[in-house]
Amino acid sequence: MKTIYFDNNATTKVADEVWEQMQPYFRTLYGNPSSMHTFGGQVGLKVREAREHVARLLACDPSEIVFTSCGTESDSTAIHGTLAAVPHKRKVITSRVEHPAVLAVCRELESHGYTVVELGVDKLGRLDLDELDDQLDDDTALVTIMYANNETGVIFPIERIAEMVTSRGITFHTDAVQIVGKMPLNLAKSRINLLSLSGHKLHAPKGVGVLYVRKGTRIAPFMLGGHQEGGRRAGTENVPGIVGLGKACELALAQMDDENTRVRGLRDRLEREILESCPDSRVNGDVESRLPNTTNISFEYIEGEAILLLLDRYGICASSGSACTSGSLEPSHVLRAMGVPFTAAHGSIRFSLSRYNTQEEVDFTIEKMPEIISRLRELSPFVQAAAR
Amino acid sequence: MWEYTEKVMDHFLNPRNVGEIEAPDGVGEVGSLACGDALKLMFKLDKEGRIADAKFKTFGCASAIASSSVLTELIKGKTLDEAMQVTNKDIAEYLGGLPEQKMHCSVMGQEALEAAIANYRGSIAAPHELEDRIVCTCFGVTDKEIERVIRENDLTTVEQVTNYCKAGGGCGGCHGEIEKIIEAVQGERVKSQTLPPPRKGKKLTTIQKIQLIQQTINEQVRPALRAHGGNIELIDVEGDKVIVAFRGMCAQCKVSEFTMKDVVQARLREFVSEDLYVEEDKDSVDPGHEHKG
Repeated sequence: MKTIYFDNNATTKVADEVWEQMQPYFRTLYGNPSSMHTFGGQVGLKVREAREHVARLLACDPSEIVFTSCGTESDSTAIHGTLAAVPHKRKVITSRVEHPAVLAVCRELESHGYTVVELGVDKLGRLDLDELDDQLDDDTALVTIMYANNETGVIFPIERIAEMVTSRGITFHTDAVQIVGKMPLNLAKSRINLLSLSGHKLHAPKGVGVLYVRKGTRIAPFMLGGHQEGGRRAGTENVPGIVGLGKACELALAQMDDENTRVRGLRDRLEREILESCPDSRVNGDVESRLPNTTNISFEYIEGEAILLLLDRYGICASSGSACTSGSLEPSHVLRAMGVPFTAAHGSIRFSLSRYNTQEEVDFTIEKMPEIISRLRELSPFVQAAAR
Repeated sequence: MWEYTEKVMDHFLNPRNVGEIEAPDGVGEVGSLACGDALKLMFKLDKEGRIADAKFKTFGCASAIASSSVLTELIKGKTLDEAMQVTNKDIAEYLGGLPEQKMHCSVMGQEALEAAIANYRGSIAAPHELEDRIVCTCFGVTDKEIERVIRENDLTTVEQVTNYCKAGGGCGGCHGEIEKIIEAVQGERVKSQTLPPPRKGKKLTTIQKIQLIQQTINEQVRPALRAHGGNIELIDVEGDKVIVAFRGMCAQCKVSEFTMKDVVQARLREFVSEDLYVEEDKDSVDPGHEHKG
C-alpha cells in the first residue's frame, strides 16, 4: 500500500538532493571542521557554505546563524540565554498556544521566581496585541511567541509584535519551526532578535536546528565547551546534518513559490471538499492568516484516534488533537485555548502537506473521508441525539 | 502509536451489535463528550430472563469501540445475574489485552452494563449513589468507583488508577486522595511505596512560612492548574490567611460547588500548617477569565 503522507508539520521526508549532499560527510569526508589539516578544513568550508544557504533563506548575515541539535534546543537556548544575560529582569511573556518546547520551559521558570504571562487567543486562534502591549513593562526580560502554530497553521503578526517589543528594549524570540521554508522571511528588515528553526520540518534530517541571533542581541551561551559556533554553542558540529540543512534551505528558497501556489491549492482543495462532503465539520483557526500547507478540521461527535486509524487503513497519515492520541486524557491545549468545544476538539484532524504531495493523493483522501466519518458517526451515541 | 491486538482491531473495524433496540428492557449510558468517550448500551430479555439482544453506540477511540463490541458479545445469552459477573478484566482479556492507558475503556463497558441492569431493575438512573463522594472532579469519579478498580484489578499506583478510570488524569489535585484510597484498599502492601511524609515544620518563622507556602504552591499546586491551562499567584500572607489569585483558563469542572480554592487550601494544610485558610484576591481577577460550565 502506498503511503500518503499528510503529517508534514510533525516531520518531513529528507529531500533526495539533501540526502545526496550529506552522504560523503559520514564516511569519506569525516574530518573535524575545527582541524588545522586540509582534510578537516574542507569540511569547515562546507559548513560555512551551509551557513550561507541558511542565511540566504532568512535574509540575514551568516554570522547570525548558530547551528544547534534541534528546534527544542534553539528554544531553550533562546529563553535561558536571554534571561541569563538580563538577570535583573524577572518577567517573561509568551502565549498559551506555544509548542511545549517553549511552554514547558516558561512554566518551569515560574518555579524559579519568574512571572510568566501567557497571552490568550480568540476562537480563531488570534492574539490580542493590546493585551501584549499592556503586559510589556520594565521588568520584562523576554517575549517569546511562535511565528505559526503547528496544530492550526495560524500565523501571528510577528513583525508587528517584534516592533512593539523591541522598541521597548525587550528581547523578542520567535519559534519559527513551522514557517521557515513555507513562507518567505526577511530578517534583514525585521526586528526579531532570536528565531528558532528545525531542519526536519523542511526536508533536512532530524538532529539539526538553528538559532538565529541578531547582531547586538545579548544572549549567554547555553552549552559550554569548545569555540564552535563562535563560542555560542560548543560541541563538534553535526556536519552531515548541517550540510543537509544548507541544501534544504537552498531548495526551500527555490521552491517557495511552489509551496505557496501548488501546495496551497492542494490544501485548499482538500479542505473545501472535506467540509462539503462531511456534515458537521469545521475548520479550526484563522483561515485568513495561515500556513499554506496546514488544515485543522473538526468532525463533531466522533473521536480523532478512531478517524486516524481508519485513515491509516488507506495509508493516509495525519494527526489529531484528541485526548486519546496525545496519551493524556485531555484534548490539545491549542484547541482548548481557542475555546473549541469538547465536542469538536476530540474529533480534530490535522492534515499538513508538503511539496511532495500530489493531486491524486488529495483526491484519494477526499474520496475516502466521507465514508470514514459516516462509519464512525453510525457508532456514535451523540449523532441521533443531536439530530433530534 | 498504540499497539493494539488483532482482536481489538477486528472489533474496532467490524464492531458487533451496533445500534439501538426498539423498546429495550434496560438502557445504560456512561461517559460524556467532554470526557472523550461515552457508551450507550441497550438490552432486551427473552422469556427466561436471558439477554436476547444487546446493542451499543460508542463515541471514542478504537479501544472504546472494541470494548463495547466485546461487551455485547459477552453478555448475550446470560441472565442478568450472570451478566453482573462480567468485569472489565473479562473485556480486556477477551481482547487479548489493552494498552495500560486504555484500560478505562474496558471499565466504561462494565459501568454501562451495570447502569443498564440498574435501569431495568428500576433503581434511579443516577450515575452516582448519594453516599458516594466525588474524588476526581475533572472526570467526575467517585471514591467507590476508584476503590472498585483498585480492588478488581489489584492496582497499586495513582498512575494505574488514572489508566483504569481516568481519576487523577486532569488537574492532578486528587492524587493525594487517590493514594489514600489505594492505601486503604491494599493496606500494608503498598505502604512502603507511598511518598515520604510531608515536610511539615514544627514552628515556622513568618519568613519560613511564606517561603514554604510559595514552595508548596510552586511544586504541589501550580503544575496541577497548569495542566488545565490555569495558573495561580500568591498575593499575600496575613497570619494564617493566604491570599491567592487565579489566572488563565479555569478547569472545566464537572462539579459546580467545587472550587480550586479548596484544593489549594488542602495542599497548604498538608504541607505547611493545619491552621491556614485560603482566600481569593477579588481585586486581581483576571479579565480574560471565563468560567465555562
